[in-house]
Amino acid sequence: MSLDFETVRRIAHLARIRVEDDELPKLAAELNTILGWVEQLAALDVAEIPPLTGPVSMALRMREDVIDDGGIPEKVLANAPERLGDYFVVPKVVE
Amino acid sequence: MSLTDLTLAEARKKLRAREVSARELTEAHLRAIEALQPKLNAFITLTPELALAQAKAADERLARGEALPLDGLPLAIKDLFCTEGVRTTAASRMLENFIPPYESTVTAKLKAAGAVFLGKTNLDEFAMGSSNITSAFGPAVSPWQRPDDPRPLTPGGSSGGSAAAVAARLALGATGTDTGGSIRQPAAFCGIAGIKPTYGRCSRYGIVAFASSLDQAGPMARTVEDCAILLEVMAGFDPKDSTSAEEPVPPFAEALKRSVRGLRIGIPKEYRVEGMPPEILALWEKGAAWLETAGAEIREVSLPHTPHALPTYYIVAPAECSSNLARYDGVRYGLRVPAEDLTEMYEKTRAAGFGAEVKRRILIGTYVLSAGYYDAYYLRAQKVRSLILRDFTEAFREVDALLTPTAPSAAFPLGEKMDDPVTMYLNDVFTVPASLAGLPALSVPCGTDAQGLPLGLQVIGRPFDEEGIIAVGRALEESAGFAARPALAAQE
Repeated sequence: MSLDFETVRRIAHLARIRVEDDELPKLAAELNTILGWVEQLAALDVAEIPPLTGPVSMALRMREDVIDDGGIPEKVLANAPERLGDYFVVPKVVE
Repeated sequence: MSLTDLTLAEARKKLRAREVSARELTEAHLRAIEALQPKLNAFITLTPELALAQAKAADERLARGEALPLDGLPLAIKDLFCTEGVRTTAASRMLENFIPPYESTVTAKLKAAGAVFLGKTNLDEFAMGSSNITSAFGPAVSPWQRPDDPRPLTPGGSSGGSAAAVAARLALGATGTDTGGSIRQPAAFCGIAGIKPTYGRCSRYGIVAFASSLDQAGPMARTVEDCAILLEVMAGFDPKDSTSAEEPVPPFAEALKRSVRGLRIGIPKEYRVEGMPPEILALWEKGAAWLETAGAEIREVSLPHTPHALPTYYIVAPAECSSNLARYDGVRYGLRVPAEDLTEMYEKTRAAGFGAEVKRRILIGTYVLSAGYYDAYYLRAQKVRSLILRDFTEAFREVDALLTPTAPSAAFPLGEKMDDPVTMYLNDVFTVPASLAGLPALSVPCGTDAQGLPLGLQVIGRPFDEEGIIAVGRALEESAGFAARPALAAQE
């Protein structure tokens, strides 16, 4: 299994990372090295094995559905690259 | 003895006996940092004013006889822990100017226990790496040097800045985080001790996330005792972390007094990997012999799926990282590269903000989670992860702890092992399996190679049996009598 440039471009877009055309050959080679190496897991028979999602089997806790924080817009917005009042500002998304 | 050479336990005694003040202790460490930071690049951000203010408050409490558990003890904090009002970068351009409005639970506990924060230590970008080479602020450098080779050595990674700072006597102890070996491998490379606790033992709240089913905070210090003292403060249930364990925190330092007599120590035969340097093999055998002399029983055990742990890790960790790092979108905090539309802004921001290794892992993670490949890669890796955990569970029916080398080599020159990404990944061969299984593991310095570089041994324990590995680690430490000093260490 080997990724072609088109696939790398598609994955990069899914991950929202701009990849320039001249970066593709090196990046594709590196990704293929990694994928070629992890490919060895395909040799294992895992048909009957349940997947492990986390190392400690614990039931997630429930808590009361009540508001226990908030009211800190200044803290929330303190690191905003751009803000207007109590809002984050992004480029126009609706025409 | 100089103030920077004290262990954390010794310094605590002297502070409480009023033989030294927190201010003197802190100033000695700040001077040491001033002298060696230009060479070691161990810190990304220094906080001398905060440190002196904390030391002053500690001295006031000490004078009143109201000492807190860590009162006046200077520590270094990995720059992955959010610290309120103090820049937290994760060694990434993405967070170069990020000032958290809140404190991580682990650092909040250390602060509340009276510790003094000297600064934020260097790491691989977003903790993704084993050599510090991926830091956007330039790598931390090991204080150790080979006698006949001037090339600077890696302190290991990702918690390399913390390891370098502690080894060079710039701090009495440090916090680290470990996802696949990021506490244990740098500890081994720098000749210090480090504990990766059981998954869930320390809260992940406020730690910049890498792979959430693996990330775990832990202490790094020059002795097992110092690590135990720090862990006792860092550990504990936290409702702010949904995977925090509701386990009582035992007095870990008490476990130092435990004998290893009668303990069954397993030697996993699959860890005898091809190409392992004979010195490491010899040290491993020596470690087993020390424990046997101390009354433990040595047994060979089998963890048959060990060879599959690394590839499993390099599917699971990138998958989780691609999901976690989706939050860096240039909207709410962190870097933003302006653009005409939203998608272009995301793409340009993430292209500029992330380094090469972080991008590789996000892309691999995105691929293994994408439609059509999820079952073949991600689901399969999760199933193999079950097999790896099962191996450990079965081994722990026969033995009480496992003894292995921490890393397959001593520290290597910075910039080596860069031929392809997989060469670097192989560094984690002995540390990754315990991470996948969520088990507690520690590294303890046990000897040096022919060139005088430190080598560590790893002890892996049952879930939540940090006390067991502390007892075994202490026994190894006692027998090894590791006393080598790095070439670059504080002089006072």
